[in-house]
Amino acid sequence: MTVFLVIIVLALLAVTAWQISKIFQMSKRPDADTSQVANDKDNKLNGLLMLGFVIFLYVITIYCFWEYGRFYLPEAASDHGSEYDTLMFVSIALIMFVQIITQGLLHFFAYKYKGEKGKRALFYADNDKLEFIWTIIPVITLAGLIIYGLFTWSDIMNVDMEEDPMVVELYAYQFAWRARYAGDDNTLGKANVRFIEGVNQLGVDESDSYGKDDKIVTELHLPVNKPVLFKFRSQDVLHSAYFPFFRAQMNVVPGMITQFGFTPTITSEEMRQSEYMVDKVRSVNEVRKERSKALMAQGEPTLDSYEFDYFLLCNKICGQAHYNMQMKIVVESEEEFNAWLEEQQTFGALMASQSENVDRPEDTAGDGDTDTPAETREDMEEDENTEEPQESDAVAVVEKK
Amino acid sequence: MSAIANAPAHDHHDDHGHHHKETFITKYIFSQDHKMIAKQYLITGLIMGIIGIAMSILFRIQLAWPEQSFWIFEALLGKWAPDGVMTPSIYLALVTIHGTIMVFFVLTAGLSGTFSNLLIPLQIGARDMASGFLNMVSYWLFFLSSVIMISSLFVEAGPASAGWTIYPPLSALPQAIGGSGTGMTLWLVSMAIFIASSLLGSLNYIVTVINLRTPGMSMTRLPLTIWAFFVTAIIGVVSFPVLLSAALLLIMDRSFGTSFFLSDIFIQGEVLSHQGGSPVLFEHLFWFLGHPEVYIVLLPALGITSEIIATNSRKPIFGYRAMVASILAIAFLSTIVWGHHMFVSGMNPFLGSVFTFTTLLIAIPSAVKAFNYITTLWKGNLQMNPGMLFSIGLVSTFITGGLTGIILGDSTLDINVHDTYFVVAHFHLVMGISALYGLFAGVYHWFPKMFGRMMNKNLGYIHFWITAVGAYGVFFPMHFIGIAGLPRRYYTNTEFPYFDDYADVNVIITVAAIITAIAQLVFLYNFFGSIFYGKKAVQNPWKSNTLEWTTPVEHIHGNWPGKIPSVYRWAYDYSKTKENGEYVIEGQDFVPQTVPLQENEEELNH
Repeated sequence: MTVFLVIIVLALLAVTAWQISKIFQMSKRPDADTSQVANDKDNKLNGLLMLGFVIFLYVITIYCFWEYGRFYLPEAASDHGSEYDTLMFVSIALIMFVQIITQGLLHFFAYKYKGEKGKRALFYADNDKLEFIWTIIPVITLAGLIIYGLFTWSDIMNVDMEEDPMVVELYAYQFAWRARYAGDDNTLGKANVRFIEGVNQLGVDESDSYGKDDKIVTELHLPVNKPVLFKFRSQDVLHSAYFPFFRAQMNVVPGMITQFGFTPTITSEEMRQSEYMVDKVRSVNEVRKERSKALMAQGEPTLDSYEFDYFLLCNKICGQAHYNMQMKIVVESEEEFNAWLEEQQTFGALMASQSENVDRPEDTAGDGDTDTPAETREDMEEDENTEEPQESDAVAVVEKK
Repeated sequence: MSAIANAPAHDHHDDHGHHHKETFITKYIFSQDHKMIAKQYLITGLIMGIIGIAMSILFRIQLAWPEQSFWIFEALLGKWAPDGVMTPSIYLALVTIHGTIMVFFVLTAGLSGTFSNLLIPLQIGARDMASGFLNMVSYWLFFLSSVIMISSLFVEAGPASAGWTIYPPLSALPQAIGGSGTGMTLWLVSMAIFIASSLLGSLNYIVTVINLRTPGMSMTRLPLTIWAFFVTAIIGVVSFPVLLSAALLLIMDRSFGTSFFLSDIFIQGEVLSHQGGSPVLFEHLFWFLGHPEVYIVLLPALGITSEIIATNSRKPIFGYRAMVASILAIAFLSTIVWGHHMFVSGMNPFLGSVFTFTTLLIAIPSAVKAFNYITTLWKGNLQMNPGMLFSIGLVSTFITGGLTGIILGDSTLDINVHDTYFVVAHFHLVMGISALYGLFAGVYHWFPKMFGRMMNKNLGYIHFWITAVGAYGVFFPMHFIGIAGLPRRYYTNTEFPYFDDYADVNVIITVAAIITAIAQLVFLYNFFGSIFYGKKAVQNPWKSNTLEWTTPVEHIHGNWPGKIPSVYRWAYDYSKTKENGEYVIEGQDFVPQTVPLQENEEELNH
């Protein structure tokens, strides 16, 4: 609120300044220049301001790189990520170089050649050589960037099936994610939203034997240094699976299966220990502590302190709770991963337990109520997931409306 | 050809002004005069702009101080802000309508509509548009679509809120989001009418430029403004119908049960019957317009700046032919780059490679334009009028925003910055701010032509400098939070503690946005005040060469009181000297297009 007041004060100051300028203008001597066309004085002032402006640009550039450059994501946690980062740094270096030179020239010329009465401009309409040079330089630079980029692109997008990647389905719905592991056969059972019924919330085809050993979970675990191929499926609208720490993203499109593959290289624990993340978490927690103080003063519950975990977020507008459609990702050693996966229930077992329970009256009542899969989730074990309370938040928001 | 077409029109117009009386309605409301229609476009566009910018301020406040109570929310949003706290649904609606209004209603109609209408006949030496009637219809369709768009803000379930790109299924299913009910229907109806308006306007501009040029006005003597408007109109005619088809198919999916874009959807506990459609098809159709749209917005702004920079530098625009070639190259390439919005949409990665290639190619003509502007300033005698300041500002934001396009246009790099604030920063600088600067530059420069009065230059300077600093203050830091992985269109970032330390940046951005918005009030005051109380303008205040400054200050139907002027040279003979080193016309550093070639004057290839 205080900041808002500050804004109002600033606004009023601006209005005052403007009013004062009006007064000055009205009190001008009648013989003053009133043509409203720039005169030498205006040219000089604005020329100087142009010079000031480019200095301002340089200053905010340096400030932003200095102060906000540290926001750049930590070291990529995937195999292809380092290639991505290299290409990114090369491109940023290149565009900053061009930016500094061209902005400098533009504003410096604006200052240097500010108009004066009686001065003559140079009649200079054409120079083929010059134009050729600055056509060919971008051509060569961009050709290099294009070729570099395309090699990286095809590296990333072409999944090497010979490496036998682990197949995982990521299933998106308003407003959460599920993951389906393909099981021992590494083949996902067929699925379609038309099969959604009762506890079969992902619409896996029960008649497909490949689906029997699939495992459906609410938290994504990945073994380190093992290629993963994600198959994306959406239940309702467009979503986008965005893995910022792994430099990976793919839209999730209803009616079609999209894919993206990568190899995680840094475990959650290693990332937590990294210098970058220790600093980051410290600064986040400082912010949270400040905010908690304010909350406490208002008698509201305070914020928990933050511990880093990889996350997956939705990056395509998908509805009201789009801003909170996330999933925790755990990258761990292969042994830990296998142990975790072992504990998960297979789809076959899940369906079997449902048919056992089918006589129970409350369950048949529950069948009609498949509003969102989140609500019929009691069959899913593994309740350490973090998004559970947030998910119900999302639902609450929808209901509030 | 143009000469033949001109002759009868000429006879007809010689006795203009005698045979029909103008009533208030025919003069100010259902006017067929291009100058009046231009003013109608401008004022409608400005009003839409006020609404669009006000919306952005509202959601910026929410982003800086998430889920806090503000009286302004309660006052303006009513039931959408219980206890003064903005709801997520109205946040998305504001984002959507802000985008729609700014892109289509302000920067397409407000910019291109205003200046194409004003300048095409005046700068090519025509008495009016080829069809004054269609021109009038075009404006009134635009007006109608504006009214429908605004009215959609008041429907029960809220206005369209699927983002300005209205990707289905979100935009097709009211079950998915409230705004996809009546609000979305009104959005689609409004846009369909808007497209009709835009097509009528564009066809008129094309026909006028091709057929109604005055004798001597060859294509290579056209001012760059006209080239830009002409090519813009062509892109519009090529791409807007595709958006119309997308909108029609979406209307059918929504209302008549077809499945063009919908397939296999389970929502609110039931499976929908739609099968076989693809949202990716919609994305293709949408961006086939959506990308050229960027240039529909930007090219007129670049045309306006070319003219203003040359006039105020007192120098010819550097590399006229290269500028025209760049406009044509940009126009052509703009229709084959749409896929760069869809690198991660699930389309074949090979297509991504092709689109990366064409996209980065478009950087070449853009770079040529930027370099040519800079060279035009070199050794000039720069007259720092407000229009000139905004033109230089445009070149600056065009470079800054354009350069980040190299990152986004690269399919590889797009993977991790797609749909983040980096994209928001990029397109706001390169098309939003740049095109707005073009609009402001045009208004300051041609205000004397439109209203016969001058705008106050000192208020113009205040307006420019606050806006220039503020715009960078808003969008420069955005690159950094975007590259750090912050997604756009998030109601609040507090659900991700990882983003907590970006909160300060969001406050800075919002404060800068509010200051910049307040500076626009200075412009509005200056604009509306000067219409009534501005200093009376002289005929050619900026000492410019183009034909519009040979018309009298008082508007007359038919533009020139006597014969229409003939043209003997291109529009950029500023500071041209004869062999003996004297100005072509003694004591005057400009040679209007109507002046025949003088003795001892070197003839250029124009």
